[in-house]
Amino acid sequence: MENSQHVSLQASELSCFRDERLLFSELSFSLQAGEVLLLEGANGSGKTSLLRILCGFREADAGELYWCGSKIADSSYYNDMAYVGHADGTKKELTVLENLKFALALGSAGKYDIEQALDKVQLAGFDDNPVHTLSAGQKRRLSLARLLITHNLLWILDEPFTSLDRQGIKLIESLMAEHIAQGGMAVLTSHHDLSMADLNLKRIHLQACQ
Amino acid sequence: MPIIQAFWAIIRRDLLLAFRRRAEMANPLFFFVLVVTLFPLAVGAQPNLLRAMAPGVIWVSALLAALLSLDSLFRSDFDDGSLEQMLLSPHALSILVLGKIIAHWLVTGLPLLLVAPLLAVFLGLPEQAMGTLWLTLILATPLLSLIGAIGVALTVGLRRGGMLLSLLVLPLYVPVLIFASGAVDRAASGLPVGAQLNILLAMLLSALVLVPLPTAAALKMSVN
Amino acid sequence: MSWIPAPVSRFFHRTSSPPHFYALADRFIPWLTVIFLLLLGAGLYGGLYLAPTDYQQGDSYRIIYIHVPAAWMSLFIYVLMAVMGGIALIWRMKLAEVMLISSAPIGAGFTFVALVTGSLWGKPMWGTWWVWDARLTSELILLFLYLGVISLYGAIEEKRAAARAVSILALVGVVNIPIIHYSVQWWNTLHQGPTVSKMDKPSIHVSMLVPLLLMAAAFKFYYLIAVLQAAKLELLKRETTSQWVKTLLEKQA
Repeated sequence: MENSQHVSLQASELSCFRDERLLFSELSFSLQAGEVLLLEGANGSGKTSLLRILCGFREADAGELYWCGSKIADSSYYNDMAYVGHADGTKKELTVLENLKFALALGSAGKYDIEQALDKVQLAGFDDNPVHTLSAGQKRRLSLARLLITHNLLWILDEPFTSLDRQGIKLIESLMAEHIAQGGMAVLTSHHDLSMADLNLKRIHLQACQ
Repeated sequence: MPIIQAFWAIIRRDLLLAFRRRAEMANPLFFFVLVVTLFPLAVGAQPNLLRAMAPGVIWVSALLAALLSLDSLFRSDFDDGSLEQMLLSPHALSILVLGKIIAHWLVTGLPLLLVAPLLAVFLGLPEQAMGTLWLTLILATPLLSLIGAIGVALTVGLRRGGMLLSLLVLPLYVPVLIFASGAVDRAASGLPVGAQLNILLAMLLSALVLVPLPTAAALKMSVN
Repeated sequence: MSWIPAPVSRFFHRTSSPPHFYALADRFIPWLTVIFLLLLGAGLYGGLYLAPTDYQQGDSYRIIYIHVPAAWMSLFIYVLMAVMGGIALIWRMKLAEVMLISSAPIGAGFTFVALVTGSLWGKPMWGTWWVWDARLTSELILLFLYLGVISLYGAIEEKRAAARAVSILALVGVVNIPIIHYSVQWWNTLHQGPTVSKMDKPSIHVSMLVPLLLMAAAFKFYYLIAVLQAAKLELLKRETTSQWVKTLLEKQA
């Protein structure tokens, strides 16, 4: 994170249709290091679609995304971002350790090693448990551990607070605060309002277009 | 090289997964044996007839078994979000996909080699054709996994893609079927089979190079 | 796209914009229909009346005036679909997607016609409706390839994704067609020995050839008319919410 000052995600005039229905158009925003973007809006307003555009799963029908000033296809974007969605991307037949080792092989090493990360998400000692024996909250925390062990600047989180108790929510918020403080950034959707007062928070409210 | 590392990690993980789900993985093998068993019951057990039909029966059954096993190639990755994570990896998706296909073949294609002699005995295939049968299985079952991968990648996002998958993939299997069963047929009558095996090898090599790209593109489309 | 001269790329962008294309298609279809009818008339007259009776097959050979052009078209349209697929994938051109998917049922239709006429022709020649002749077998597999494209497009709900899927499939198919063709031919010589191959005639008399070419040209024009009509409909379906469709509908109402 040597030049974290210049790290930025910029969206310019994004439009998105779903089944010929306009979800949003000419949506522009920019996100600098140390900022969090919260996407709000009712179901069907295009939050998830926007998130999937940011991940590159969907193509925007118009507009362009820039990472550190260049188009994301020509940048190190995919090396610098990490995504946690509804499906957590872990294999339930494999153990916690096996899952994390695989995630590490797909990306590059990050701030913490596996032991430290498991400790931070309060899963220490679960290394050899198959994922299918974990509770929903523990699985979610496991997918957060993946964010900690791989190199990334931008976190994209789809409803990270679902199936978590208050303690779990606090944990995510503190992890996010730490990530932000170190010059990272995050984009997330959530029904749950963020309670962190000291967070540099931006909001985009999507309204279903008629 | 991180990409090589990721490639091996995929193969290792999929083999481990197959080992943990081993009960499931045996199913295509049972299916293969079962379908071959059906033919004598349907057409009668005259040794001459069975011997003449053996290469075709074995190969059609292998084709169907491969088709049946294809769904497991990307299905669970699609359902649990692993596929999304693969797409987001900084590595080329086509290389990761190739790793998955190779692991899939090791688990579903290679075991067919083990039961092939049994079936050859069932159907009275001449012993001189046994070596050729093995060679065609070695060369052509990876082709089935490779070609099938494109079809699965196109249909993995559909809830009921099974029938559609066979419609997409079976026509593309025709050349494999023709050359593989043709080679075994010729070997059974004592004719040389070099040309057929060479063609299968050429097809396998070109598929190894050509298949990962459209498969990766199709997966991106399916994740959409 | 810097290697394409600016006027050319401008022309393509203009023509490929849906409302422009729609108007253009409307303007062209009557002319295409006239040319098609003239070619069809001339071809049928030449083929059914002027061309001499074959000394071996009698009059039954005249079915080639449908069978052969249909078989040519079936292959031609598939290749065209693959080209459209390539354009759609590389340049994200919506019109190419629409043309690709509009071509598929027409190509399948020609393939079906080629199969049926081939089988009708086989009856007097071989005494059975179906013979596993290399050409007919390849044509049958081609029909399956077409049906795959059509069903895949129908199965994927989001149409942009569906168009990408069929573009990929068409490209994969077109790479495989020569391999399938070659393998089927080899299979045919292996299992059947020498059979009467229909197209292997060393030479065909000019009085038979000219009507054949006329019919082939007529079929090409028929394809153009049909694909433009289908593409118009597909565009309307896809862009129901856009402004130009609304104005068009108001004008017609």
